[in-house]
Amino acid sequence: MLEPLILQEKNNQEEKLPNEKYQKLKKYIDDLPETEGTLIQVLHKAQEIFGYLPRDVQLYVARALGISGAKVYGVVSFYNYFNDKPRGEYLINVCTGTACFVKGCGHLLEAISEKLKISSGETTEDGKFTLNGVRCIGACGLAPVIVIDDQVYGRVKVEEIDKILSKY
Amino acid sequence: MVNSRRLHMLVCGGTGCQSQDSDKLVKALDLVLDKYGYKEEVEVVKTGCFGFCEKGPIIKVQPDDIFYVEVKPKDAKRIIEEHVIKGRRVEDLLYSEPAKHEKVEKQHDMNFYKKQMRIALRNCGLINPEDIEEYIAVDGYLALGTVLTTMTPVEVIELVKKSSLRGRGGGGFPTGYKWELTYRNKHDKKYIICNADEGDPGAFMDRSILEGDPHSVLEAMAIAGYAIGADKGFIYIRAEYPLAIHRLNVAIDQAREMGVLGKGLFDTDFNFDIELKYGAGAFVCGEETALINSVEGGRGEPNAKPPFPAESGLWNRPTCVNNVETFANIPPIILKGPEWFSSIGSEKSKGTKVFALAGKVNNVGLVEVPMGIKLRDIIYEIGGGIRGDHKLKAVQTGGPSGGCITAENLDIAIDYDSLTSIGSMMGSGGMIVMDEEDCMVNIAKFYLEFTEEESCGKCTPCRIGNKRLHEILTKITKGEGTEEDLERLVNLGQMIKESSLCGLGQTSPNPVLSTLNHFRDEYLEHIINKNCPAGVCKGLSNKS
Repeated sequence: MLEPLILQEKNNQEEKLPNEKYQKLKKYIDDLPETEGTLIQVLHKAQEIFGYLPRDVQLYVARALGISGAKVYGVVSFYNYFNDKPRGEYLINVCTGTACFVKGCGHLLEAISEKLKISSGETTEDGKFTLNGVRCIGACGLAPVIVIDDQVYGRVKVEEIDKILSKY
Repeated sequence: MVNSRRLHMLVCGGTGCQSQDSDKLVKALDLVLDKYGYKEEVEVVKTGCFGFCEKGPIIKVQPDDIFYVEVKPKDAKRIIEEHVIKGRRVEDLLYSEPAKHEKVEKQHDMNFYKKQMRIALRNCGLINPEDIEEYIAVDGYLALGTVLTTMTPVEVIELVKKSSLRGRGGGGFPTGYKWELTYRNKHDKKYIICNADEGDPGAFMDRSILEGDPHSVLEAMAIAGYAIGADKGFIYIRAEYPLAIHRLNVAIDQAREMGVLGKGLFDTDFNFDIELKYGAGAFVCGEETALINSVEGGRGEPNAKPPFPAESGLWNRPTCVNNVETFANIPPIILKGPEWFSSIGSEKSKGTKVFALAGKVNNVGLVEVPMGIKLRDIIYEIGGGIRGDHKLKAVQTGGPSGGCITAENLDIAIDYDSLTSIGSMMGSGGMIVMDEEDCMVNIAKFYLEFTEEESCGKCTPCRIGNKRLHEILTKITKGEGTEEDLERLVNLGQMIKESSLCGLGQTSPNPVLSTLNHFRDEYLEHIINKNCPAGVCKGLSNKS
């Protein structure tokens, strides 16, 4: 028989999530006029509350909406916007749309990656930064663009990376 | 706009300008005006996008039509002291044409705007998008009122058909026929969906319309709802567009309060309401059946067509899906008539199209031009030519689904059919200009990396085929490709196009096939001489 290794491993990693956050999510779901077709909307809210969508939260949503955990995981893993791993304190988004690509966003991504010793999609060991490549944010006039949380930096040069990151 | 002040200072509040402190600029202007006691005479209005993102933040002073560019919050004091109080221009903030190095004062004298014709973007940069009264002051909701009180649904459909408006999201399907198909399918419940899932990297016209003129989309959705017999509309919008979401929410609330959304509109028995649905970052959700699955809360995978959404869409009911820019064209068509609209444009493509001009061109921004305009005019007149005296190498239109156009086709008249005939496509209107420092193999690889990642995985040709295409391209950019690989790219590309389930896979090989067609020499140079003429591919030599 196959050992359910992966499941056990995941259970060991599960962290205790605060009850008040679950209560907040519960209230949001209870207040919905109907639950049919609201999975994505609920997951947006859950990610806003918890910061990410760990397995426990996914199962909680499944039970609350009366659908299978597989369906919830299917949706979470389908969309780029949802992540099931905790994010760093600051989120660095490097725009990798076409306009930024032809203006050298690849070099920016490389430089940040080298400096923070993480690749795209990962979080630094101290939990400070998460690095992501995102598709067009629509500020093509400012290409190449990086966005740290809500702050947009336009026409960024590789030499400026150190200075920008040192602000955080 | 609405009251009679001496001057109005319109400050761009689009995403591009906002990220360059246009909010602080508005505050600074208000503070200085207050200090000098001019608050009663001059009003500062935060508007939608002017389109000239290259030179943001932008202030336009009306009625003088004076256009200031790259204005920083610290310039507020100078502008008020000079322009408002002394009546003099602030010379150094005026725009200077790149070719002539002379200052241009007025917006309508600028080359960037001269050849443009604004229908979909008519109110962007003109009104405050967060004030419904400003929209009403420019004939907003007049089209909806006219339709509801004087026309039958069939008359509305006939009018839109007669205008020859085609879908602006990429497919180019005639909008009036889409409405008619949905109208004909009888059902007690039907839906209107506005596709605002702008996924093409490098296109941002839908976002600008929603940020700059949200009511025009709401009004058009209500008109469409009346025409097909729906009382409910959804706007499916990317979660990555927080400002557009905010402005839509404000607009919907104001419209309900004003009674132009909700029950019994314009004292008729027609009800219509709109709800927002958020996307979660999946390019394939721009495809209408995938979008519908996502609105229902599931994975955004496409279905085989037929049945078309007009027959069986959201919750298996007849559904009409139109794009943001398509909707924005509807109110002017109703008010000015289909003859007016169909007098603009080329033979088979009527009206205007908004393009997001980006890349190695001097004036990056959003431009709306009549269909049939020459590519040369867009790039050299409106776009101000290629940046830094480089040479034009190619223009990519249609994003990851499109192809490239080379310098020899600069005089082609841009419309749906001409672009398809030269191996590209209109798509949603992204237009990326490239110069000799861009490697075409690498560009093709960039797009394939995108489609490989965004392929939903439902059908095999798209899931596996695009992965293989990407692998071959990666090999070539590393100097490990063979000449047989080029044949493989073509054969595999054709196969993916012919056998994929939805529009994503059916068009995804286009960037490879098109660059291979126009730049085969550059591919061969990578393969035979291990040389990247543009100097982009690492590990290869760089001789041009």
